[in-house]
Amino acid sequence: MASSAEDIKKHLKVYYMVFSGLLVLTLLTVGVSRFHLSVPFAVAVALLIAGIKGSLVACYFMHLISERGMVFWILALCAFFFVALLLLPSLTMFEEGPGLIKYGTGISGE
Amino acid sequence: MSTAAIPHDIDPHPMTGMYNGKFGVWLFLASEVMLFGALFSTYILLRVGALDGTWPMFGAERPQGDQVLNVGLAALNTVILIASSVTMVLAWASLKMKNLAKGRLFLIFTFALAGTFLVVKYFEYSSKFHHQLIVFNNPYTIDGKEVTHLTGHIDGESEDFVNFSPDTPDGSHGEHIRIDRARIKRLHNWGPGASTFIDIYFVLTGLHGLHIIGGMIVILYLFITAGGMWKGQSEKFTNRVECTGLYWHFVDLVWIFLFPVLYLL
Repeated sequence: MASSAEDIKKHLKVYYMVFSGLLVLTLLTVGVSRFHLSVPFAVAVALLIAGIKGSLVACYFMHLISERGMVFWILALCAFFFVALLLLPSLTMFEEGPGLIKYGTGISGE
Repeated sequence: MSTAAIPHDIDPHPMTGMYNGKFGVWLFLASEVMLFGALFSTYILLRVGALDGTWPMFGAERPQGDQVLNVGLAALNTVILIASSVTMVLAWASLKMKNLAKGRLFLIFTFALAGTFLVVKYFEYSSKFHHQLIVFNNPYTIDGKEVTHLTGHIDGESEDFVNFSPDTPDGSHGEHIRIDRARIKRLHNWGPGASTFIDIYFVLTGLHGLHIIGGMIVILYLFITAGGMWKGQSEKFTNRVECTGLYWHFVDLVWIFLFPVLYLL
């Protein structure tokens, strides 16, 4: 990571560029949603843009791009369990039938 | 009482490559990812399992949150939070360049932007508590059109009837109509309990809002104690601002995902 005052000065320009990029991507997110695309495509586009924005924040504002070593192992482990958590619903939500609860409704499947 | 120096509170630990405080914040953020991950997972579970026409609210024509949430205010809040992330990183950069005055200025800018975010959120929440949904026992005829439910605002009410201004397609309030209470099956505001979507919306944004308040308290503490700590411990103080910044950028990052998931999809 940048440590000297000179290094930091160089980084200021990057911060402003990332800020501009984030604003443009926010406008793009709202703009794309106005087209009311099909749900799978809309989800893919919105999450792709959010992913790019999140990466910009993590890499440049949180300085992850210049970190090294152990923090990446921790984040990799975290990412693995995060994805596992998101996939968890798909392992359970197809279980419908008599006596089983349809999720989100509180209504028994008859 | 003797004091023992905490090792690697400024210089990087050889094993982790960073000072201990910063490593601790990264571990904390990893646990935060799991906290929000569990709630995002819950959101997916609830959305996929929702019956047609119940997401985001009873009678919805399409399952997008923008029918019940204000996208304009949320987009404004996104810009505010991104700007606060920039002021936070600039506060750290100023301190690195040994400019305390500028560092404090950017800290208070961050605090003010966080406060603005909460004010916007207050208006958003407030509108939910004033907006109402009426579900009728039987289809109700308005202007020759049969409807099963209406959304809008209550202008006045008594034991027997409700004066109701229905929402119009252009977002304004229509002329108020008098509805007999005997014809109403359900009448409630858009606060928690109104629908599954509204519930998960309040849980996710409420938890995020609590994180904003937590961050504001720490930023204010840093702003107040900056003068005292800067004398003799400037590097340690700069590191504290960096650690707070990591947390603050994470709060921004969560909102970056909450915005499209709740408001646009």
